[in-house]
Amino acid sequence: MNGNDLLNGIRDKFKDDITNVFEKSETRVYIDITAESIVRFANYLFRDAGARFNIASGTDARDHMEILYHFIVEEINLLISLRVKLDKSKLEIQSLANLFEGANWIEREMNEMLGITFHGHPDMRRLLLSDDWPEGVYPLRCDYKEWDPNAIRDRGV
Amino acid sequence: MGRTIVPIGPYHPLQEEPEFFTLTVEGERVVGVDARIGYNHRGIEKLSERKTFDQSTFVIERICGICSTSHPFAYTRAVEDVFPMEVPERAKYIRTIVAEGERVHSHLLWLGLAGHFLGYNTVFMWAWKIREEILDVMEILSGNRNNYAMFKPGGVRRDIKSDDIPVVLKKIDSIVPTLELLRKAVIDDPVLHARTKGVGILTKQEAIDFCALGPTSRASGVARDIRKDSPYGAYNRMQWKMIITENGDVFDKLVVRILEMLESVRIMKYCLNELPDGEIDANLKDIPPGEGIGHIEAPRGETFHYVKSDGTNRPVRHKVRAPTFMNLPTYKATIVGETISDATIILAAIDPCYCCTERVAVKNAKGKKIFDGEDLIKLSQRKTEKIRSKMGVK
Repeated sequence: MNGNDLLNGIRDKFKDDITNVFEKSETRVYIDITAESIVRFANYLFRDAGARFNIASGTDARDHMEILYHFIVEEINLLISLRVKLDKSKLEIQSLANLFEGANWIEREMNEMLGITFHGHPDMRRLLLSDDWPEGVYPLRCDYKEWDPNAIRDRGV
Repeated sequence: MGRTIVPIGPYHPLQEEPEFFTLTVEGERVVGVDARIGYNHRGIEKLSERKTFDQSTFVIERICGICSTSHPFAYTRAVEDVFPMEVPERAKYIRTIVAEGERVHSHLLWLGLAGHFLGYNTVFMWAWKIREEILDVMEILSGNRNNYAMFKPGGVRRDIKSDDIPVVLKKIDSIVPTLELLRKAVIDDPVLHARTKGVGILTKQEAIDFCALGPTSRASGVARDIRKDSPYGAYNRMQWKMIITENGDVFDKLVVRILEMLESVRIMKYCLNELPDGEIDANLKDIPPGEGIGHIEAPRGETFHYVKSDGTNRPVRHKVRAPTFMNLPTYKATIVGETISDATIILAAIDPCYCCTERVAVKNAKGKKIFDGEDLIKLSQRKTEKIRSKMGVK
């Protein structure tokens, strides 16, 4: 298997779900996909293509929310990043944590940091933020105000 | 039988991932485990968005005191991947030397503490004694025992003087006999076998499902090493072995780390002997808009950084994923069914941070304290003593 075969296979199999493919270099490929297809994509890459899930990274791109799911196919040294764009009024996507345990914690992290809902996640508790962190405040969003007038820390005490 | 909740934690200030475990035990057996992290969450990703690309290198270096090379290494590679560009050959060699020096001292630190937990305080003394030699080497090369500040996007900040190389080579050679001795001691010791073999097994399939990294995955028979899979630095310039074992227990994780140190020493010696001449810095000016991913093999596994640039001098988004983030959840699979006296060494076997185990407290249902951290280590040491006397080994 080489990188081109794999990418052509993905293009054939998911041609309705792919909106753009950007081959940045020999080892990095970014594929823009629809949010509905993420579980099928992840299943194909993880189970059939033997890829490893590196991590996902959520970004607030101001007009929409973006999640990049990074998978690496170790045998051919190809890092595939699946890009999902979510509308800010509908921040929800299917969870991958039931497919493989490695996606469990990062989805919990994205949930509390960016406010994205992951449907079907087995254990959606807070991971990094403290228990007294207010509900509905997401620190990695662009509109997050760091200086909270009610926080003891920010009053200079 | 009644169930008892055993809280371990909550936090220690060393690594970026302090943790609080809740073990549920029935008698001596662990039947459930849950982890809570985030006590030391410092918002480095958010902070990095406010710094310039150059300043971020220093912030990133301070994520972890032990991995103060791997984070800047992954970050600088992510920034270079935005172009994408390659750094000068000499810089690649210097980066490799620093990264391998870090691997040796990190594994020695782990080995010493693992020895202490198991009641082998001689191993603790020896491992930490030769770790000083490696820290001296790093001080000669970078000026610091830790937080080396050697990395910058596009190259390294500090050159290696040719006068220093013989001194450094001599120091590195001096630790090899002790490493060999430790290797033989671990592989031949029947007490250590009885204590760690078959304990805390992570199967190959579990390692794949948990996306385990580094020595944790290699001990379970998953051939996964970024230095081989996606070669970077000078790692594809020389021959070296990826250490893989099959069983996934604590013993195999011990063996993988010891054998890896010997490989790291060989890589360091090769790089120092074959250090090419030339520039050490590509003098990057402006970072173009785009995305970059850098991932390298840290002592504990793959460190992953993602950087998004919009053409200004600051990253728009900087994602940091440390290897322990993927390795930590594996004890959902390893610790259940084991005894409480093995809990410390299983939790320690993935090489998370250690201060946590100093803060362990065991309480019974009424909340009365039965054990604290030192007691748990003593419990673990006593078990080794018992096996020793049973076998008639002194």
